Amino acid sequence: METAWLLPDLEDENTAGFWEGCAAGELRVQTCASCGLRRMPPRPMCSRCRSIDVRWEPTSGRGRIWSFIVPHPPLLPAFAEYAPYNAIIVELEEDPLIRFAGNLVASADGAINEIDPATIEIGQSVSVVFHQIEDVHLPRWVRS
Amino acid sequence: MSPTLVKNRTAVVGIGQTTLGKGLPDTELSLACQAVSLALDDAGIAPSEVDGLASFTMEPNREVDVARAVGLGDITFFSQVGFGGGAGCGVVGHAAMAIATGQANVVVAWRARKRASAASRPWAQVQARLAEAGQWTRPFGILRPVDEIAMLTRRYMHEYGGTRDHLANVAIAFRKHAARNPNSTMGHKPLTRDDYMNARWISEPLCLFDNCLETDGALAVVLTSAERARDLPHPPALIHSFAQGLPPNHQTMTNYFTEDPLRGPAWTAAQRLWANADVGAADVQVAQLYDAFSPLIPLSLEGYGFCARGEGGPFTDNGAIEWPDGRLPVNTSGGGMSEAYVHGFNLVLEGVRQIRGTSTSQVDGAEVSLVTSGEGVPTSAILFTKDRG
Repeated sequence: METAWLLPDLEDENTAGFWEGCAAGELRVQTCASCGLRRMPPRPMCSRCRSIDVRWEPTSGRGRIWSFIVPHPPLLPAFAEYAPYNAIIVELEEDPLIRFAGNLVASADGAINEIDPATIEIGQSVSVVFHQIEDVHLPRWVRS
Repeated sequence: MSPTLVKNRTAVVGIGQTTLGKGLPDTELSLACQAVSLALDDAGIAPSEVDGLASFTMEPNREVDVARAVGLGDITFFSQVGFGGGAGCGVVGHAAMAIATGQANVVVAWRARKRASAASRPWAQVQARLAEAGQWTRPFGILRPVDEIAMLTRRYMHEYGGTRDHLANVAIAFRKHAARNPNSTMGHKPLTRDDYMNARWISEPLCLFDNCLETDGALAVVLTSAERARDLPHPPALIHSFAQGLPPNHQTMTNYFTEDPLRGPAWTAAQRLWANADVGAADVQVAQLYDAFSPLIPLSLEGYGFCARGEGGPFTDNGAIEWPDGRLPVNTSGGGMSEAYVHGFNLVLEGVRQIRGTSTSQVDGAEVSLVTSGEGVPTSAILFTKDRG
């Protein structure tokens, strides 16, 4: 069923650096090459110094659960198969204003419904792992 | 520029709506034309006098098609406002600005929608690959608007101690109001706290009854100058103040990437709304708050200054948002959760009815009536007041 998964456009010039990082096993954040401001989601100009020069900086890959949901049907078929599953927002350990959506899993290639939702809590520490679907490496999170 | 350029210079003088329901046989274009035609009749204004149009960017019907079918005149102003449910009051506000600045004399604003329409439910369309914003949430199963708002709701509950009982207060209040409104689609179905607590989940922590309806129908309003409004059949609902709101570093719906995601666009709109008004939140006697999802009510109560941060949940206790005895009756026609969901445009009409004195849950002597559009997306709000002029 994973062919029907919703996946990013890897050719998107503004965001490709993030997905290249995931493919290399690194959680990278778009960073202003001029003033060093991290920004997520990526954008073409620095909202602090207005530079258009960017670099993609690796992060610790560690964070805390900022919020989570447990979706139930009706859902797109590829996701309905796993419902109820979890989706989480993670704030980065070294910069809590940088946040990522993901899923809490027991292992990189585990199913998105394998964690008992009753055990998920805001504030829990997590570490990034990567799971490949087609040519995309999706960041996911395991407890740390 | 003085805020008095808009303040009290224009009014809603006509309202019209089609049947609201599921599976209506009419096309969206026919529904739009019917609503516009009814609103013009209500205003006592001929179609040929209409010289301005305002609509949503998500409106499926083009200005040319509506104008041609209804027989409108030379149109010298037409505009659209983006961001779906955030647009409703913006559309009406643009109409008011056009009249106040002399770009048009009579402006019609409308929204027509059929739930089966592809344009109505973009989340249900599968794309080959996701560009931009969708990349950051869709691959992880945050698929629907309800998932996006559920994420904020969980955080809100965590930070402020909001509960499902607060959300139930919202759903139950609006259903009670709908029961008094014969045009509502859910008024015939009572909703108890047990019904709410036992309902199926849609996206935890949100259940079925935290969601708005999906409705077919169209609604329209007619605006003209306050001077002319005084010669027309109905008491004018003056546009006393109007604002749009798009805060810094905002990402529509999936607004998890900013410093304070729970301080949404309502806060931005509220600053301008109250700055341009002669009254404040404490003077508002009745409010129509955009309710695609129940948690938008506590968030909006906080954003528009009816209570402090984190107190929007407790604000709903003890019937405080229920007609007739609550301190602030909210969504007196049933709102998007129990009257109809037409992208919040039904809230605009109910805000006008409260000023006219014709709501089915009429607040006695209402002279200050607030309407808001979607919190969680770039939004807008209008303060209607009674004409004392």
